[in-house]
Amino acid sequence: MAAPEITAGAKPAPRLRASRRRYGEDVVKGVLALCALVSVATTVGIVVALFLPAIEFFRTISVVDYLTGTNWTPLFEPASFGVVPLIVGTLSVTLWALLMCIPFGLGAAIYLSEYAGGRTRKILKPALELLAGIPTVVYGFFALTFVTPLFRDLGLGLEVQNALAAGIVMGVMLIPTVASISEDAMSAVPRDLRDGAYALGSTRYQVATRIVVPAAISGIVASFVLAISRAVGETMIVLLAAGQRPNLTFDPRDAIETMTAFIAATGQGDVPIDSIEYKTIFAVGATLFLATLVMNLFSIRLVRKFREVYE
Amino acid sequence: MTEIETPREAPSVNIGDVSLENVAERQRPSASPEVRDAVFQVKDVTVSYSGNPALTGVSLDIYRNYVTAFIGPSGCGKSTFIRCFNHMNALIPGATIDGTIMYHDQDLYGPEVDAVEVRKRIGMVFQKPNPFPKTIYDNIAFGPRVLGMTDNLAQRVESALQQAALWDEVKDRLKSSALSLSGGQQQRLCIARCLAVEPDVILMDEPASALDPIATTRIEDLMHELKKNYTIVVVTHNMQQAARVADMTAFFSVNQGAEGQRTGILVEYDATPKIFTQPSDKRTEDYVTGRFG
Amino acid sequence: MSAVQGDIRGGGRRQGELQGRLFSAFLLLSMGVGLVTLGTLIVKVILDGVRLVDPVLLTDSPSADPAFAGAGPAILATIYMGLLLIAFTVPIGVGTAVYLEEYADRNRWYNRALEVNIQNLAAVPSIVYGILGLAFLVRGLGLGRVLLAGAMILTLLVLPTVIIAAREAIRAVPGSIRQGAYALGATRWQVVWRQVLPAATPGIATGSILAVSRAIGETAPLLLVGALTYVAFNPTLLGDFTALPVQIYQWTSRSQAEFRELAAAAIIVLLAILLTLNAFAIWLRNRYGRKW
Repeated sequence: MAAPEITAGAKPAPRLRASRRRYGEDVVKGVLALCALVSVATTVGIVVALFLPAIEFFRTISVVDYLTGTNWTPLFEPASFGVVPLIVGTLSVTLWALLMCIPFGLGAAIYLSEYAGGRTRKILKPALELLAGIPTVVYGFFALTFVTPLFRDLGLGLEVQNALAAGIVMGVMLIPTVASISEDAMSAVPRDLRDGAYALGSTRYQVATRIVVPAAISGIVASFVLAISRAVGETMIVLLAAGQRPNLTFDPRDAIETMTAFIAATGQGDVPIDSIEYKTIFAVGATLFLATLVMNLFSIRLVRKFREVYE
Repeated sequence: MTEIETPREAPSVNIGDVSLENVAERQRPSASPEVRDAVFQVKDVTVSYSGNPALTGVSLDIYRNYVTAFIGPSGCGKSTFIRCFNHMNALIPGATIDGTIMYHDQDLYGPEVDAVEVRKRIGMVFQKPNPFPKTIYDNIAFGPRVLGMTDNLAQRVESALQQAALWDEVKDRLKSSALSLSGGQQQRLCIARCLAVEPDVILMDEPASALDPIATTRIEDLMHELKKNYTIVVVTHNMQQAARVADMTAFFSVNQGAEGQRTGILVEYDATPKIFTQPSDKRTEDYVTGRFG
Repeated sequence: MSAVQGDIRGGGRRQGELQGRLFSAFLLLSMGVGLVTLGTLIVKVILDGVRLVDPVLLTDSPSADPAFAGAGPAILATIYMGLLLIAFTVPIGVGTAVYLEEYADRNRWYNRALEVNIQNLAAVPSIVYGILGLAFLVRGLGLGRVLLAGAMILTLLVLPTVIIAAREAIRAVPGSIRQGAYALGATRWQVVWRQVLPAATPGIATGSILAVSRAIGETAPLLLVGALTYVAFNPTLLGDFTALPVQIYQWTSRSQAEFRELAAAAIIVLLAILLTLNAFAIWLRNRYGRKW
């Protein structure tokens, strides 16, 4: 047999080293890492921006007085720095918000996940998402100019600004939050679990409440926690519709002030820097940040847990 | 034509539909070089993922202008092994390789060896055709462009498509999307894409397993043609395919360790007729006669 | 009939049936609450404000007299803000996403911490970003209460969302395309720039536009960073500024009914802008998005 013509195969001994070091790659990686550091810088910035002035604040005012005092009058003479009224205000509004978004959010999620057909789902799901896309200032407007007058006309003795209207509107705004995360968690439950139950003769109600919801519970709880966190951190609805008067009451008909409304109102004004009033912004901000941080971390862990179980 | 001795009665060593005579004929349509020139020399290679060995103690030589097939049951590390030749295991975090692979007498894993230079010379075709979501022309031109081989680009593209036996089918629609081609055409496109950078070796990881029988035959014919100019290594789970196309065949199997861990090993490596008719190892014989695997 | 052949008509499950019916009613109520509120809100806003949506509203400046007040500067500022946001968030957000998906070693603790950090930042209340801006940009850096400061803070606010959206788009690109490109001798950046990013662009564009449209509706951070509530001239990068949501807030807070109507009209404009942006993003996704 004649040896065949060898053309492309017979190359000279290859040089496997790069002709020059690929610096470009290192530069690119550096630039990209810098982009990633922006998010780190943001967190560092938030922590520094909040806690440095807050620590200065707590040199003058004791933490105990702050956390237990029931009089919040930082701009008066004599000034009083008990944050409890703000916390109560926040909780009051949050409570009403949760009364709306937890049952109805979960209900919407169950409906979309277990009951709605393909076409219905295609229309209703985006419609629900629209609720989430409306800016909060618009919700504040709605609460102030429609809901409160409506409730007053219905005979509920509400002040012009009150916790109830703000809370309820906030709750409706949060329905998509609860619904979409809960629905994600429920669709992650494998079909087999449902099929097994249906095959045994269960109704849709039984499958939804006894099989799917328990299986998706960590995701559902995560959605509740996230909703609480969002309710606590919400500003515009409460600024417009709940009031700017620190008030130690859970009576939903009264005007109150939440932590966020206080920060927004004070931060807009021209409070002299380095005054104790200025630093209240940061003290309350730090309190708010810590509260939501704890809830967010908890919620993130829960979401991770339910994603892991089924993926 | 070399004679093939059968130590036992004729039909007892049959591979499915392919009888021995057919094997003998198809084996030598294009002659392989008499002289065996080693392109790769593999010595005692072990590949581990995060410390767990997937493949241990493999030694063999790959010869120039041969088609070498890796066969064996699933999970025996054939794909892992073939990916060593072009540094593709480096893309998997935690993958490590011990032992040496010499490529034309150079250590493939030596210090300062650049993966780009390696892949320039050693190309790969994958199991599922993976054309880029671009035009046919841009698919073929991608390799030369990133490697700086942009002179006479249009000619390179045409030459690559000619060698992959695809030119006539696509020459009028080079600017259409590559995703509009059929499965078999897409795979030939991927082969052409690989050829456009003028490699030395072409690695094929089960190139026809996702294709219908007619497309498969075209790929196998292509392998016969290409081996005149390139060295080809192919992983296949289809024994008949190995018998049809390969000059040398390596049989891999799975070794069950003491604690139940499974690692791949090379059982036997020899000229294809010998593997299929006179295997030296009982495990090889069991596999090629279909007793297991 | 024997018990085995049985009656499959299900007449005996009366109690369960009632429960099921009540439950279904509750579910429909749940969907209804949200949808009815949405509908009522839109109707109310339109009824209150539609007669005031006219060129005066769109171009004139605010004034103490509601008959002459307009939201021109606010609308312009919001549009500028949107453009600045896209210019800032897309490079940084996509850069971070590319780093996390293509370059970062998942086993390193700092890369995992980076991911948690971004998820957390996405959930921080927006007013905290306002405080950040107040401390660093307005007072700290001495930028003052200017449009640029507002844009920078909104960038930080919306960056985590853009990063998350970009990561999803990048992750959706199949690994087989990357493998094919690497096997041909492409470097990591060549694979990213020539294969991954082009393939992920529709998803990135859609995600970014949706994220930016959310930012445009934000009010709280802007209040702190100095969006004034009475700005009578057109905005520049380093001047006093306002924005449409802030203008809405200001008009809503006034007790006169005419200002409330102006607020409603401004809301119509804002919702129209948001609707356009979202519709555009969804059109992009439907036209160019690929189902891998």
